[in-house]
Amino acid sequence: MNKVFTMDAPATSRRLDDMRQGLVGKPLDRPDGPFKVTGTATYAHEWNLDGMAYGVLVRAPFARGTITHIGREDIEAMAGVLRVITDARFLRNPAQGTADEAPIQGPTEVFYLGQPVALVVAETFEAARHGAQQLTMKWDCKTAVIDPETAETEEGENLEQGDLDAAMKAAHATVDATYHTPCHTSAAMEPHCSTAVWEGDELTLYGSYQMLNYNINELADSLGIDAANIHMRAPYVGGGFGSKLGIAPEAVAAAIAAKELDRPVVVALSRPQVFETTMRRSETTQRLRLAADANGKLTGLGHEALVSNLEGETFSEPVTQSTHFLYAAENRKMAINIARLNKTCAGSVRAPGEAVGMPTLENAMDELAEKLGLDPIDLRKRNLPERHPEEDIPYSSRKYAEAMDTGAAHFGWDKRNRTPGGLREGEWLIGHGMAGASRVNSIGEASARVTLSRAEDGSALATVETDMTDIGTGTYAVLSQVAGEMLGLPMAQVITKLGDSRLPKGAGSGGSWGASSSGSAVFLACEAIRSQISEKLGLREEELEMKDSEVTSGNTRRTLAEVLEDGPISAEGTIKPGDTADDVNQASYGAYFCEVAVNAVTGETRLRRMTGVFGAGRILNEKTATSQCYGGMVWGIGMALTEEMVHDPRDGHIVNHDLAEYHLPVNLDMPQLDVILLDERDDWACPIQTKGIGELGFCGAAGAIVNAIYNATGVRIRDYPVTLDKLLDGLPED
Amino acid sequence: MKPFDYDRAKDATSASAAAAKGATIIAGGTNLLDLMKLEVMAPDRLIDITRLPLKEITRTSDGGVRIGALVSNSDLAADPTIRTNYAVLSRALLAGASGQLRNKATTGGNLCQRTRCYYFYDTDMPCNKRAPGSGCHALEGFNRIHAILGTSEACIATHPSDMAVALRALDAKIEIEGSGGSRTIGMEGFYRLPGDRPELDNTLQSGDVITAVMLPAPVTDARHVYRKVRDRASYAFALVSVAAVAQMDGDKIKEIALAFGGLAHMPWRDGAVEDLLRGERLTPAVLDAAADKLLADAKSFGGNDFKIPLARRTLKAVLREACTTGERT
Repeated sequence: MNKVFTMDAPATSRRLDDMRQGLVGKPLDRPDGPFKVTGTATYAHEWNLDGMAYGVLVRAPFARGTITHIGREDIEAMAGVLRVITDARFLRNPAQGTADEAPIQGPTEVFYLGQPVALVVAETFEAARHGAQQLTMKWDCKTAVIDPETAETEEGENLEQGDLDAAMKAAHATVDATYHTPCHTSAAMEPHCSTAVWEGDELTLYGSYQMLNYNINELADSLGIDAANIHMRAPYVGGGFGSKLGIAPEAVAAAIAAKELDRPVVVALSRPQVFETTMRRSETTQRLRLAADANGKLTGLGHEALVSNLEGETFSEPVTQSTHFLYAAENRKMAINIARLNKTCAGSVRAPGEAVGMPTLENAMDELAEKLGLDPIDLRKRNLPERHPEEDIPYSSRKYAEAMDTGAAHFGWDKRNRTPGGLREGEWLIGHGMAGASRVNSIGEASARVTLSRAEDGSALATVETDMTDIGTGTYAVLSQVAGEMLGLPMAQVITKLGDSRLPKGAGSGGSWGASSSGSAVFLACEAIRSQISEKLGLREEELEMKDSEVTSGNTRRTLAEVLEDGPISAEGTIKPGDTADDVNQASYGAYFCEVAVNAVTGETRLRRMTGVFGAGRILNEKTATSQCYGGMVWGIGMALTEEMVHDPRDGHIVNHDLAEYHLPVNLDMPQLDVILLDERDDWACPIQTKGIGELGFCGAAGAIVNAIYNATGVRIRDYPVTLDKLLDGLPED
Repeated sequence: MKPFDYDRAKDATSASAAAAKGATIIAGGTNLLDLMKLEVMAPDRLIDITRLPLKEITRTSDGGVRIGALVSNSDLAADPTIRTNYAVLSRALLAGASGQLRNKATTGGNLCQRTRCYYFYDTDMPCNKRAPGSGCHALEGFNRIHAILGTSEACIATHPSDMAVALRALDAKIEIEGSGGSRTIGMEGFYRLPGDRPELDNTLQSGDVITAVMLPAPVTDARHVYRKVRDRASYAFALVSVAAVAQMDGDKIKEIALAFGGLAHMPWRDGAVEDLLRGERLTPAVLDAAADKLLADAKSFGGNDFKIPLARRTLKAVLREACTTGERT
């Protein structure tokens, strides 16, 4: 018996609140944690198949042109090398998230430096890498376009409402400022990897991927085979952040090589290859215009961005995504232009859009608050719209004001420095800043199967099965918690199986929708199981109380083991997005508060403390949710202070393509981070009232830090990241 | 990584003999192995010296210290004598790399680490240091981390070591076992400027094996400062670093040694700056004069323009810290 539910109306029954097991929301450990810390979780490179050969991709060392010759013979003569493979099916770049079809293919036409053009396969990894390094090629070079400011552009989104220019002229106070953010990379801890093995026409691919339901179709389309012949497995994924959403060059190359050589082939990317061939976040140039009246009410809001991507790619960084609904203003202009460049493909990198659009919007709001002489929180609260200012629809649950108030109280915002550059401790200038967080919310169609059976010891055991992935986010934990809560089982009596394309299709991990989508599917499957149990016992489902492996209703009490005497009970739940996606504006919200110290001599910035308050609907697991927010805030620290992928303007190569010179924050850059999760239920979001939390912690975080740097120094830096060289000229001492 | 032969040295003499025949010496390998994986360096043969008895820190008859070439960076930084009498060295070491790397990296190896120039590390890019004659791509490229003193048309790379900067300020000497027996070179003669031979980082000859670093007797009553300015709080190479050992006579500078990292192809030391400071009170005019002297010939290349004001600011702050009277550290 299966249960399919379409989200056409708010789920006001909030059934999870009526359950008695007490698992949902608790800060429970991940069941997969011990496997990961003991090295027994099997990642894509670790399947150790018999007869495995090793492949290493070779990049194009130029940014635009045509390969005319590959020196295959010399390399194939090297010790240990099995073959040098080039194939018309090789991918130019990874598929975009949810593409469901192959990206642009072909290794001959080169569009960016780093594009994979050949695969060297050898008996050992070392021999393959040496062969790849020694491979020579010839090419015809064309002029590459590297700088978005001088490139030809295409128009993307373009919204005009009212007359922003007139509003700017008539305003009491205005901000008209241009901000730059550089290219970013995800740099997930586990480099991208695929292991391919064929049995006849059946391909098994062990890969590091986020969305298997889409990935098998993308892989099938790339290889020209039927998706039914592909079995993908990704039980453990060492971080993705969007860079593992779509099928990528290494998977297709591994599959082709494994077929040609008739043996398993593993292809893993080196760290520089991760920088050069997986999705980058586009650089952005953003013009923010704010117009306000004397009461601090916004009358105009403009957000126009220049972003970039490769020719032929539909993705463009959706910089204005939350600007559309966060603040009221009658006169509005939002536009995105896309420069076509010869740089690594741009795609989803954690929180596409808000990641770079929210910090700049919140910088502009900070500038406006100063001009108006208002507390930045007050300015924001004066401009919360009653209804979506462009679509005229209501909001679902919106905890923005509460997040700001809660954070202000926790942080001690009233004791902040109020004079930019005015608070000093020895060499250090101290400043405080805040910013809002906002991230759009959605669910994707997702199914999950739950089977209630008796374990060997006779106890009742629930097994949750879906192709959904856990990319370090806590999926194993939260799906087990939902099932245990609904079926009255302790965590130890729930097993969750993930990352296998033969299991019921989830939505995958991406866009912060995984827990809501797959959690709802598990919830629905459990509802169906509860119905079957109640029918079996002749009871009403609504009155069933399931707790500690027992079913109770009125005077009836049975152990689940008894209920399962004549066999297991299984059901599949399916959630589908519906009218609530359009009837209301759904988003998760939050606020950041931080204190920085900027060294007056050197311009070095040290974050001293940071508080983040977030409202993301029901929290399924306080520990994993908090960790997601920590991670998001750490990304914010990196974006504010250090992270910048630099392309050499002459040839388009990524200058700092490793973790030595692409500076992520290290432990010493991270002070105590405080995360507060607000109590919330969003009935419009999904049947379990959750919203996405995987990206929210990052959506504005960098803005709070840069606002604090201004407060510390009196220097506005609009060019991310705020490295010391940008501050030096404005600092008091020499 | 190119396939290579591997041998273990029995003693320093045999290591020297192997090196004279073209073997590359490996100790901690924290830099060499990375370079071999990238084929920036592709030796045919490695001679491993890690089992040689060069792991001791001993007092010398002249009141100084002899540091075996294989003493790890962690052990050296933690040594009580170093912490007490050569604090600038301990601090410089701890400002470098990470705990894991310092456990593995050796004293001799640290001296021999290669530049972190981005173009040196990418074998598809021109680089005179890696491939002599291919050109310097950093000169007109992204050169944020590059040198402002002692550069040449052929190379604007910096030396990345923190330890070496402190050793330069301490007037350390390098003990070497070479084809012609053993000898010592002062730090002032160990490194070299790029000139038209940037492939040479230092003056070591074929067959040379570093066996120890010698420190002279400590300067009495001196204040030690090591300040490293970098892009993040840890695990980043110096944009500018300053090592200072200052001895005061009342409010006048009696003796001072200053060495700089992040500015040049080698740890930089300018006797003229020290001469200018000796005997002086630390007035604003003296601070400016010292900075002017240091940076008189500084030349920047776009991305590293900020290093000139940064070096100026950092030098002055370090002098203020090192040349105050009162509690000695």
